[in-house]
Amino acid sequence: MTGAIIAGAAETDRVGKLPDHSALQLHLEGALNALADAGLRTKDIDGIATVSAPGPVQVAHSLGIVPRWMDGTGVGGTSFLLHVRHAAAAIMAGHASTVLITHGESGRSRVGASRFAPAPSSIQGQFEAPYGVFGATTAFTIPALRYMKEFGLTHEQLAYVAVAQRKWAARNPRAMYRDPITTADVLASRMVAYPFHLLECCLVTDGGGALIVTSADRAADFPKPAVHVLGTGESAETPLISQMADFTESLAFRLAGQAAFTEAGITAADVDHLMIYDAFAHVPIYGLEALGFVKKGEAGPFIADGNTEPGGALPLNTNGGGLSYTHTGMYGMFAIQESVRQIRGEAAAQAGQPEVSVVLGNGGMFATSGVLVLGRQPG
Amino acid sequence: MAGRAVPVPTPDTKPFWDGCAAGELRIQRCTDCGQAYFYPRPVCPECGSAAVEWFTASGRATLYSYVINHRPAPGFEDDAPYAIAVVQLAEGPRMMTNLTGIPNTPEDLVLDMPLRVTFSKRGEISLPVFEPAGEGR
Repeated sequence: MTGAIIAGAAETDRVGKLPDHSALQLHLEGALNALADAGLRTKDIDGIATVSAPGPVQVAHSLGIVPRWMDGTGVGGTSFLLHVRHAAAAIMAGHASTVLITHGESGRSRVGASRFAPAPSSIQGQFEAPYGVFGATTAFTIPALRYMKEFGLTHEQLAYVAVAQRKWAARNPRAMYRDPITTADVLASRMVAYPFHLLECCLVTDGGGALIVTSADRAADFPKPAVHVLGTGESAETPLISQMADFTESLAFRLAGQAAFTEAGITAADVDHLMIYDAFAHVPIYGLEALGFVKKGEAGPFIADGNTEPGGALPLNTNGGGLSYTHTGMYGMFAIQESVRQIRGEAAAQAGQPEVSVVLGNGGMFATSGVLVLGRQPG
Repeated sequence: MAGRAVPVPTPDTKPFWDGCAAGELRIQRCTDCGQAYFYPRPVCPECGSAAVEWFTASGRATLYSYVINHRPAPGFEDDAPYAIAVVQLAEGPRMMTNLTGIPNTPEDLVLDMPLRVTFSKRGEISLPVFEPAGEGR
């Protein structure tokens, strides 16, 4: 255990298409909602963490917070999981007492957002962009065919990842896509980057959220039940998808998961609820195997057999995930939010009463990972 | 219409691009542990040694994985759908590339098929791409 809790958690009022919000507004709305959730005011916050841009200085200043600790770790969509980990360590070290972690991204409407294009002299600009790489759909997806050949994953099994998650989204009024879909629907949707069809790719949305992390000895001081941070992990593999050591597994997922499970003193058998960052349909497959829920090659059939959908033994991506709920670009904040809701028992698609929930975050394209083990009890 | 991305060499990558201009695929290896590696950088990723050298790779490779992109990057509009591939060089390292001299379809692009390097002009740069290296060729 880390000795830290999540005392406040909230998303922006709405997620989806928000052309009336800048990215900074989304940060601030999420922050105010999380403060209200925890019954705190801005002056109670002494630590701040978020990704640039706008970064911790801008967010703190906009809220009138003067931080004595800050973290601007920006390693992709998993960054917020790393912020939780770093905040827990900072709290234990006495560097901060109450940390606000914010996310806001105008991923769809691009209001006040920066453009992504690698410099032509960067490593990506020299060794990826010249080959027609154009966003995550053209690079994050490349390992999948290798996995399909090595382990016999079928196009139907890959498609079913989206089908299973849509079943959760159907129960979540905030999800962008809620209508049930079939494997045939997925395979009939427009080809984006073979073997990936449109419905096997995440949404592109606007939204935000925030968390408040403090020490577990204050667990009784807040309006909502404390969510204990039982274990945390982080790792990185490669900035270029071509340099992933083995296209059939994520080293970063595995190492971050091992660190988090070890710190929490748990095994996969102890996990009641799971969130795996799903920018594309193959990522939950890689995640299930990296965390040891199934053996290599078994995750596709495991999902296709219904184990992760409503009524299954291992509820996975119960908000509908990046494929059906929302995906602003850096989705990790929303995965944490859903785990917190499930532990508290306040999720739209509540999956029983989970004691232990795990969040696996991805950053970049199998570039980085963070894992959190969250629990109802101190451990 | 914006043109295709053109790499801009840096001091640490210039020998690679100079090799391409000369029609050679030059990559690096460690003189301490022998590890061959790509992308260009001044430290061996296997053992951390700075004793590294450039050498000319054979240009032979196999197709490791790919996607066929239907939403073209700027300048690639006339090529879509086109494959973005990762190939494994005979010397071990992998690199991203495009595939030429073969239809970019799932039926034609078979994983592990043999390939060989060729070079395509992109502005002032020669860009390494790969083509089938069939039997007897």
